[in-house]
Amino acid sequence: MPDTSTSHYPAAPKVEPTARHTLAVTVDNEPGVLARIAGMFSGRGYNIESLTVSETEHASHVSRITIVTSGTAHVIEQIKSQLERLVPVHGVRDLTIEGEAIERELALVKVAGKGEHRVEALRLAAAFGARTLDATLNSFVFELTGATDEIDRFIAMMTVVGLVEVSRTGVAAMSRGPQGM
Amino acid sequence: MQEEMTGAEMVVRALKDQGVEHVFGYPGGAVLPIYDALFHQDQLRHILVRHEQGAAHAAEGYARSTGKVGCLLVTSGPGATNVVTGLTDALLDSVPIVCITGQVPTHLIGSDAFQECDTVGITRHCTKHNYLVKSIVDLPRVLHEAFHVARTGRPGPVVVDVPKDVQFARGTYARPRDNQHKTYRPRLKGDLGKIKAALALMAQARKPVFYTGGGVINSGRHAAMLLRELVHMTGFPITSTLMGLGAFPASDKQWLGMLGMHGSYEANLAMHDCDVMVCVGARFDDRITGRLDAFSPNSRKIHIDIDPSSINKNVKAEIGILGDCGHVLEDMVRLWRETAARADKSALAEWWRTIEGWRAKKSFSYRPSAKLIKPQYAVERLYAAVKNRDHYITTEVGQHQMWAAQFFHFQEPNRWMTSGGLGTMGYGLPAAIGVQVAHPDALVIDIAGEASILMNMQEMSTAIQHRAPVKVFILNNEYMGMVRQWQELLHGGRYAESYTAALPDFVKLAEAYGAHGIRCSDPAKLDEAIAEMISTPGPVILDCVVSKEENCFPMIPSGKAHNEMLLGETVEDIGAVIDERGKALV
Ligand SMILES: Cc1cc2nc3c(=O)[nH]c(=O)nc-3n(C[C@H](O)[C@H](O)[C@H](O)COP(=O)(O)OP(=O)(O)OC[C@H]3O[C@@H](n4cnc5c(N)ncnc54)[C@H](O)[C@@H]3O)c2cc1C
Ligand SMILES: Cc1ncc(C[n+]2csc(CCOP(=O)(O)OP(=O)(O)O)c2C)c(N)n1
Ligand SMILES: [Mg+2]
Repeated sequence: MPDTSTSHYPAAPKVEPTARHTLAVTVDNEPGVLARIAGMFSGRGYNIESLTVSETEHASHVSRITIVTSGTAHVIEQIKSQLERLVPVHGVRDLTIEGEAIERELALVKVAGKGEHRVEALRLAAAFGARTLDATLNSFVFELTGATDEIDRFIAMMTVVGLVEVSRTGVAAMSRGPQGM
Repeated sequence: MQEEMTGAEMVVRALKDQGVEHVFGYPGGAVLPIYDALFHQDQLRHILVRHEQGAAHAAEGYARSTGKVGCLLVTSGPGATNVVTGLTDALLDSVPIVCITGQVPTHLIGSDAFQECDTVGITRHCTKHNYLVKSIVDLPRVLHEAFHVARTGRPGPVVVDVPKDVQFARGTYARPRDNQHKTYRPRLKGDLGKIKAALALMAQARKPVFYTGGGVINSGRHAAMLLRELVHMTGFPITSTLMGLGAFPASDKQWLGMLGMHGSYEANLAMHDCDVMVCVGARFDDRITGRLDAFSPNSRKIHIDIDPSSINKNVKAEIGILGDCGHVLEDMVRLWRETAARADKSALAEWWRTIEGWRAKKSFSYRPSAKLIKPQYAVERLYAAVKNRDHYITTEVGQHQMWAAQFFHFQEPNRWMTSGGLGTMGYGLPAAIGVQVAHPDALVIDIAGEASILMNMQEMSTAIQHRAPVKVFILNNEYMGMVRQWQELLHGGRYAESYTAALPDFVKLAEAYGAHGIRCSDPAKLDEAIAEMISTPGPVILDCVVSKEENCFPMIPSGKAHNEMLLGETVEDIGAVIDERGKALV
């Protein structure tokens, strides 16, 4: 890491605090639009912590992409400007600066085990409000919907009792109140 | 009226409807139907280049010298990959071009077919936008949209990839309409409240400076005229980036010369010491800012730019005005006049006295020689010889490019074509051909280096075929001079691979192409050689043999601030000036 006091580059001279932001991006659902967005993040060195996409208005071919990213305030500003610059992007909203947004993801969690572990897994699942989608004599598949950190905690618990596999959807997010995008 | 035609005919028709008169290109299997359609008409002129990269730079030269969209047509696979450098160049310098590429038939896409490549994938990162047209139904709309996207907002390159079966398919053509685009709507008018705040800040300034750039050129001639008006009304000093030269006349008293790494002493110190900076269509590039945390530390900054991502990208602006600088300048001129705003006259006079002190350093001076042609002298003589003619200048990349920027004084916009952002050696000759095609009667000169010119030398053949009488003025120092200068500065004078050995005889090379060749190494004969170059009707190469180890000054070394710039006469041991960390930078 070069000492930034002599650096020629626009690297931040001080270590600035970074924060996690959830962006809701509406795009025209044309071929390659996801590649354009993902490519912009990788090409410019930004982080993607989670990305979900699906068509929300079928008739008008509009998709909604929810991106969880992190960076300094300056980087987050740049990310939003760079997204808005892409031709098929309708709009970008930073849900994080608009007050606490609702964020949910869904996880499928497979655990295997016998005896005490099996009983404990079931008890934890009930405590978290997970649904049991599949059960055999020595395994379960649970479904849990919740905020990211809640799911993280659930998975951490399940690791102790015999975690086998996890599949997560990534974050879906929406602002509170009557206002739409 | 509904018109039925093939996809290939639609391409030709759409180009005409978009006002294209010349298309630069190179044929191949995947574009043969379009070439066939070109064959059946004579309105649209095709300029056959010798390498697709040349077509892209020619289209750039055409675009930048006219303000119109440049257009090129190339085949799939290698045709498309050969334009990647040109597209990237146009992206970094915000030049509007539309590139039509042929593609293998839709049913073969993805099968590694002959001359197939993922053109939209490859060019996604080096275009403003790109399209793969899989159905004839979409073709007319996409073609028109491509021109709209290239031309408006922050201009840039757009690729339209057309599979061969779509070129053969028949469909209904639609003329361009000015419907609003669904998502893409660049903002033109600036926020009036912010404009007023900016003017208020300017009126309070004691040490103001205008820092202008390529955006003024992009916005069009009217923007340059408005800029002149505002600068004259305010009495502020003005400097510009490499890309903005010509927007403000270099002969004007308020002009400080170019700023940045090789800019003038007065421009850089004015930037460093100013209290209010008015940035118009420039992007705070690292060649400008030098060491970021020492960049103009005490100024309050106003930034006018059409691209929201340019504002606050590298340098934080106190007032960021999003909009086309032509529109914003118009509002500024009107409001400055209406409110009869006046800057602090006595402070401004004091500021000008300081600037005149810096100017007196004559930072572009060099040691003249009676024996050798100094490259700076060569550009000075060239300028003297052509300044009263209708002229356009292009350059390659290197020291000669910087000397051209320093010693050729531009009075008008759109007269200066250079590769700034990407710094593409090989840009100048094809760009000159593009300029000449647009301005057949003008004098078009490529100020070149002997290394750069060899990168697209084959385009001499294009110049001959299309009777484009471009003049190539080579400052031949037998070195990749800019590289050699850095090796002298940073690597102990170890000139690894920067000597341009085995150079061709440029006079014979010119003759081999059917052009005229001249060599000159005597300063006393230089004017005569330049006169011969200008008066010869066709393409000419003038091999101007210059002093070999001249360095380009002033220079802000890597990792240094504006007020630590090196001046020519004062530098003795340049290697000692840059520390280890500075050496890691580009
Ligand atoms: C060897 C070498 C040395 C160099 N040394 C120097 C040097 O010493 N000094 C120097 O200046 N450069 C130098 N350069 C060039 C440098 O790399 C950059 O290309 C240049 O400084 C960028 O110019 P610019 O800021 O005007 O931006 P441009 O690249 O021209 O960008 C234009 C800006 O204006 C905006 N814009 C576009 N259209 C509009 C509009 N209609 N209205 C409002 N805004 C608009 C764009 O969004 C963008 O932000 C050098 C290049 C090379 C190859
Ligand atoms: C395509 C490309 N390759 C490499 C470079 C790096 N480079 C910058 S300047 C330069 C030397 C140019 O030499 P010449 O054309 O003789 O110009 P001079 O500096 O001698 O005037 C090189 C190799 C570049 N800018 N572009
Ligand atoms: Mg050279």
